[in-house]
Amino acid sequence: MSRKTYLILSVLLIVSFALTACGAPAATQAPPAATEAPASTEAPAAEPVTVTWWHITTKDPGLSDWQKMADDYMAAHPNVKIEITVLENEAFKTKLTTVMQSGDPPDIFQSWGGGTFNQQVQAGLLKDITADLEADPTWRDSFAPGALGVYSFEGKNYGVPWDMGMVGFWYNKALFEQAGIAAPPATWTEFLGDVQKLKDAGITPISIGEGDKWPGMHFWNYLATRICGQAKFEAAMARTGSFTDPCFVEAGTKLQELVALEPFQNGFLGAVHDDMQAAFGNGKAAMELSGQWAPSTQAANSADQKGIGDNLGLFGFPAVEGGAGEGTDVVGGGNGFAIGKNAEPEAVDFVKYLTSVQNQTTIAANGSGIPVVKGAEAGLTDPNMLQVQQTFAAAKYFQLYYDQFLPPATGSVLNDSVQGLFAGTLTPEQVAQAVEDSVAQEMK
Amino acid sequence: MQQLPAIPDILKLKRVSGAPHRLQDTVLIALFLLPALILFLLFVIYPIFRSIYFSLFDWNGLGPAVDFVGLQNFKDILTDQVFLKAFKNIFLIIVFSVGVQLPLALALAVMVGRDLPGRGLFRTIFFMPYVLSEINVAIMWMLLYNPDPDRGLLNAIVVALGSEPIGWLSNTNLVLFSIFIALTWKYFGFHMLLYLAGLQNIPQELEEAARIDGANSFQNFFYITLPLLGSTIRTSVYLSVLGSIQQFILVWIMTKGGPVNASETLATYMYRFGFVRFQLGYGSAVAIYMFLLCLIFSLLYQRLTRQPDYLTGL
Repeated sequence: MSRKTYLILSVLLIVSFALTACGAPAATQAPPAATEAPASTEAPAAEPVTVTWWHITTKDPGLSDWQKMADDYMAAHPNVKIEITVLENEAFKTKLTTVMQSGDPPDIFQSWGGGTFNQQVQAGLLKDITADLEADPTWRDSFAPGALGVYSFEGKNYGVPWDMGMVGFWYNKALFEQAGIAAPPATWTEFLGDVQKLKDAGITPISIGEGDKWPGMHFWNYLATRICGQAKFEAAMARTGSFTDPCFVEAGTKLQELVALEPFQNGFLGAVHDDMQAAFGNGKAAMELSGQWAPSTQAANSADQKGIGDNLGLFGFPAVEGGAGEGTDVVGGGNGFAIGKNAEPEAVDFVKYLTSVQNQTTIAANGSGIPVVKGAEAGLTDPNMLQVQQTFAAAKYFQLYYDQFLPPATGSVLNDSVQGLFAGTLTPEQVAQAVEDSVAQEMK
Repeated sequence: MQQLPAIPDILKLKRVSGAPHRLQDTVLIALFLLPALILFLLFVIYPIFRSIYFSLFDWNGLGPAVDFVGLQNFKDILTDQVFLKAFKNIFLIIVFSVGVQLPLALALAVMVGRDLPGRGLFRTIFFMPYVLSEINVAIMWMLLYNPDPDRGLLNAIVVALGSEPIGWLSNTNLVLFSIFIALTWKYFGFHMLLYLAGLQNIPQELEEAARIDGANSFQNFFYITLPLLGSTIRTSVYLSVLGSIQQFILVWIMTKGGPVNASETLATYMYRFGFVRFQLGYGSAVAIYMFLLCLIFSLLYQRLTRQPDYLTGL
């Protein structure tokens, strides 16, 4: 008998366990219903809303600026709760991929536009905010059109920019002077000559974080933009041309000329982006090819947290003799916020607040970005940032970084292949062929 | 050999105690197994079949998989030089682990297993790296390996000795070795602990008897200790090989499989296609290959090492 009782008890236990397990979700579903009831009897505006926001500004002043904007917005809208998740660049990409695959994107999240963004739109993961922008023309028209266009797909908007800039050579004026270089180089030949002069003076010419791959991709990207020009790149993308065109091979050959001079810091193949900024920020390298984020990240990664101060200068990527592209064409990109498909109207309203002239001026004044909203450039006090903004504004052809612009698989193939050029394991022909093969597969 | 006749009795005993299952017992066992079984099916078996399904598609992970490509992914993988490189790297890591890391762990286990003064302290110190998370270990070794002598300890030493700084993680010929050092540092404590447990099961009388018979320390170790540790060593080799095949975190954090795939492992290769290039079909196919590799190894290994320990041992 005792055995039977034991058996019955066990079964009871298991069944009750199973029942409570099933019961749990029901219990958690109950509270919202309870809180909804009083809300509807009061004002409808007071209904609590949670907005999730993922951004990648891990360092001050940008980090505190974002926090303050969220706090101010929540103070003005007590019913809105903004949950901020701050992630480091690479960690963000990984985590976003995971939530994207489960079909549950955050309401507001960092985006660079381009191929990844387009895929997210095509998979229905982003919210069409075209109507919101049209409903508020003042907001819509405040954006620089080119910048806003980066976050659109087939004429519809799914996000807004908050920063737009360009990649160029940041250089250390004191080290240039020490090597006897009077003015920044204007052509590729002059550039290679200056690299040699710096080497002869015992200075590391260029710092690069090629372990992360994309810092080196910028070199190939700019060389292709200078040599092939807009027309050939667009033809290759439209599949009327090809990435095996001799001009894309020549981009690799020019890059090999540079690599052959061994201009990079020790261990550059394993170094990451932070290492690259640290080497430059500590005055241990004369140049780096980097975007508008360079001055702030140089300072943040340098030993004294100050960077190289007034010695910092910027010059555009040198023109390549005989190239089809203009010397003023720029490669760049910026940061924006994409709106996830599940976002409430409050999320769009908060993004509107984030991109207000006042907040954009704050971003500009603190050097966290180049503003994209008219009137906010007044906040740009830093001469380098002003130079970025003016060079960017003067460019006739603006190319979003290839690794962002291309479909993600191709962007990754390009990054991996260019690293092979830096390491000397791949030829320019192989790089061009790898990109062509991947584009052919992705754009079929 | 005299013990052999005793075995059938043991087997018989076992069979008698577990023989006539009553229906109630079966139901009870099934009920108790149910929660674990459901979790196992849901989080282990189901994903494996999903992976097999996805591996037949060209799929970017967003939306449903519709572009059926059959076994194309599996074919492409086998002709990809990077995959073959990853395979070779895994093989090297296994050889190093079994050939260097495990003997080191065994040597230390024998040392701290003796009645040394302060052996408790040594055991704790040697085991400590294993307790640290892999991320911490990876970042710590990245700091040690930093190519800038002002920032990296190892290169500071190298430069102080009057040499050029070494690109521990940037030299394509050196990077796998550098990673292996970090792996060894992280895992030798675990294997040492396994061996310590195994050593405690060896009766002291055997070693004493051997010593009385005139065996020296070497003979004692190679003819008594080592054979009796057989089952522990087999377990340790098994875990080490499987761990090597699946090695990901340390490598991904320290080098992302680079530079130019010099430290690529099967897992970083799989991750690159799944989560960097968003070719989830291809990534799934890589996962299937890894799964098969582990499965075949496990089956072969169990078959090859199935003899009872007392036969190989004495």
